[in-house]
Amino acid sequence: MGLKQNLHALREKYRGTKMAPAFNALHTFLYTPNDTAKGGTHIKAADDLKRTMNTVIMALIPCLIFGMFNTGYQHNLAIGEIQAVTNGFLSGEFWSLANFSVGFWQILPLIIISYGVGLGIEFLFAVIKGHEVEEGYLVTGMLVPLIVPVDIPLWMLTVAVIFGVVIGKEVFGGTGMNILNPALTIRAFLFFAYPTWMSGDKVWVHGAVERTKEIANGSTADAISGETILGTLAQNQELSYSVSDMFFGFIPGSIGETSTFLILLGGLFLIFTKIGSWRIMLSSVLGALVMGFIFNMVVDAGWISNTSKFYGLMSTEFWHHLLIGGMAFGIVYMATDPVTAAQTNKGKWIYGFLIGFISIMIRVFNPAYPEGVMLAILLMNVFAPTIDHYVVQGNVKRRLKRAKIKTA
Amino acid sequence: MSKDIRIKKGLDIKLVGEAEKAVENAVVSNFYSIRPEDFHSIIPKLVAKEGTRVKAGETLFYNKDNEAMKFVSPVSGEITEVQRGPRRRIDALKITADKVQEHVDHGKFDLGADAEKLRAHLLATGCWAFIKQRPYDVVAKADSTPKGIFISGYASAPLSADLDFTLKGKEAELQAAITALSKFAKVHVSVGKDSDSPLAKMQNIELYKVSGPHPSGNVGTLINKVSPVNKGETVWTVNAQDLVIIGELLLTGKFNAERVIALSGSAVKKPRYFRTLIGSEISTMVYDNGVERGANNRFISGNVLSGKQVGPDGFLDYYSNVVTVIPEGDDYDFFGWNKPIFDKVSNSRALTFSWLTPNKKYDLNTNMNGEHRNFVLTGKYEEVFPLDIYPLQILKSCLYKDLDEMEALGMYEVAPEDFALTEFICVSKQPHQQIIREGLDLMIKEIG
Repeated sequence: MGLKQNLHALREKYRGTKMAPAFNALHTFLYTPNDTAKGGTHIKAADDLKRTMNTVIMALIPCLIFGMFNTGYQHNLAIGEIQAVTNGFLSGEFWSLANFSVGFWQILPLIIISYGVGLGIEFLFAVIKGHEVEEGYLVTGMLVPLIVPVDIPLWMLTVAVIFGVVIGKEVFGGTGMNILNPALTIRAFLFFAYPTWMSGDKVWVHGAVERTKEIANGSTADAISGETILGTLAQNQELSYSVSDMFFGFIPGSIGETSTFLILLGGLFLIFTKIGSWRIMLSSVLGALVMGFIFNMVVDAGWISNTSKFYGLMSTEFWHHLLIGGMAFGIVYMATDPVTAAQTNKGKWIYGFLIGFISIMIRVFNPAYPEGVMLAILLMNVFAPTIDHYVVQGNVKRRLKRAKIKTA
Repeated sequence: MSKDIRIKKGLDIKLVGEAEKAVENAVVSNFYSIRPEDFHSIIPKLVAKEGTRVKAGETLFYNKDNEAMKFVSPVSGEITEVQRGPRRRIDALKITADKVQEHVDHGKFDLGADAEKLRAHLLATGCWAFIKQRPYDVVAKADSTPKGIFISGYASAPLSADLDFTLKGKEAELQAAITALSKFAKVHVSVGKDSDSPLAKMQNIELYKVSGPHPSGNVGTLINKVSPVNKGETVWTVNAQDLVIIGELLLTGKFNAERVIALSGSAVKKPRYFRTLIGSEISTMVYDNGVERGANNRFISGNVLSGKQVGPDGFLDYYSNVVTVIPEGDDYDFFGWNKPIFDKVSNSRALTFSWLTPNKKYDLNTNMNGEHRNFVLTGKYEEVFPLDIYPLQILKSCLYKDLDEMEALGMYEVAPEDFALTEFICVSKQPHQQIIREGLDLMIKEIG
């Protein structure tokens, strides 16, 4: 094996130099290192962090591919090239090469920017601080293109990724040390730095922005409405999508968030591989259902009329909340981030439940931007250490009590 | 009456190379080595010098903090070398054995005598070294009074010596040692659920039958389930095989460092049991029908989870009853991080398939299977950690050296070996046992 020997020689050559982390990052991508256990257990289990992160990426791939088709589908549907799907999940109108190629060429630059900029910063920090390049960004870099609107300008994404990686992660010490989920930090930055762009109804379907400009310049074509379901509901308008559309994901929205079906499969895969926390996923779903149900009760009780600006979202059947917006995606792929979630098993139940609960609350009451998952998760990220503190204190108190009984 | 303790959290790592139940007498070793580092935190004060002739059972050194606590030679012979490390720390005493062995006669001990007499006797004869204490997992303080004495008769760690087998025929010695120790405190003994351990038939004990995956046989698990150590309390632990040495000393006055040990591991051609002495050269056992000379193997005095790495020219340490030899894993693995893995153990299912074959025995090597990282995953350690302690939180408190928090989270209850499984499965490849050891050392220094 020439390659192996040559890389080994290079590794020895770079050992201890500033460039070692950068070289090792590439080397360990190809080869698991030859390091052996020293001092502790002499054998080690098969998993490392790369494998763990890779598993999450595998769970994300179906969402990504679906997102590419859906981008093209929404675009072609809006400009009147094709008809809406009729035959369920495997409809030919959806799974066409024409749809895919539109989405592929639209999304590929986002992925390249996300990984290129993000990993570039990771390498830079690793070299400056002399630690190994850590794998956390492998997942973040995949999440980022999936949670942004498809027509986001690339420069905006670049600025946001730089902000998210530096302020969201590196200042705390890198992977494992951050308080906020980096991918959501990036999205929150976009949301608050460019609100007119992010909260408009034009960015969710590819081509809508351009068409608006054309109309402004005197074109007679119809405007494309790129409004998401949540936007429609927030304005108390009638929905034009069926439940199966929402479940399978034939709706406008951030690239990866639309297909609840594939997210569900991804979530089950993460639970099966024991990488994602089923406690967080389950409790988040419960939290969302409970809050949604409370709002439904409020409407049923007649405390709120259909003239209220909250009526549209409050009267949405409670379980529909799981199908629309970023709810499912957030629960499965964002809330379960082990670093920023609660770390104790009991804490995870509380953390997850509150995420679901608060998500729906923000979704209903937030007038500017009817999506709550991102804010709910970031909020609970901040509270997770507090939740853990009280859970751990329970153990500590039990220990103190035991000591007192003995001495008494 | 025995009580049942059933453990659910844990992991049985099934490895190739379990020792066959046949005992051979090991070739008599020419050299013996006693390493003070085996007695963690004890600073040795040498009695014997280079060139001194000692009998088996004669004092080599004593504890600098307590002159009464002696550490004795397993053989008679001449001290040929005192190996020293940095700052003249004593690394090892090398003894060239006599052809004909002579033993010091410590005199029969009257088992009716009181605890203080026994304490003095054990300290003087070197048998105190076999009594360890928690907190801190060190040789018990000479003046400590335990609230209980814990002995595990069930070795659940991978490739460990089967105590039911190695203790067979030693009933008299075991009973003598237990009768004696029970003068200090109640003796708690655990045995496997369906075992025919000689320990199960002892008098003066509280018997527990344990079942479930490793670490069900760890003495730390037994303590945690029966009577966890609170602040200000002390428990003692004694390895079951060392009871035999204590018992024989009390019955006959002879310090007989003989021990039946297992030679196991996938690198060994014919894994089996040997009768040998503490401090023997490992080379007296490993080559005949054992490992290939010069092959790239790791020699471990102890089990694969908590043992010490020794070379092929190394020695059996003071507390181990198993020598494990497994292949080194110092090779690269092409795309090792994303290809499906069938030949390694994992407790996830991330393209690792050991969950499909729960009874398969694995031939694991020493490769790290990844690189050291910050702690990232959560909730994984708890799956293999049966103690009522938060493992991730206590490890982190050791890393940032917060003594109050370490104490509150249960540092008095743990020993490094309790964290062997969490270290094994750690995705971030953190050295858990070392972190705990350093944490305990810090507590000894700051709290005492």
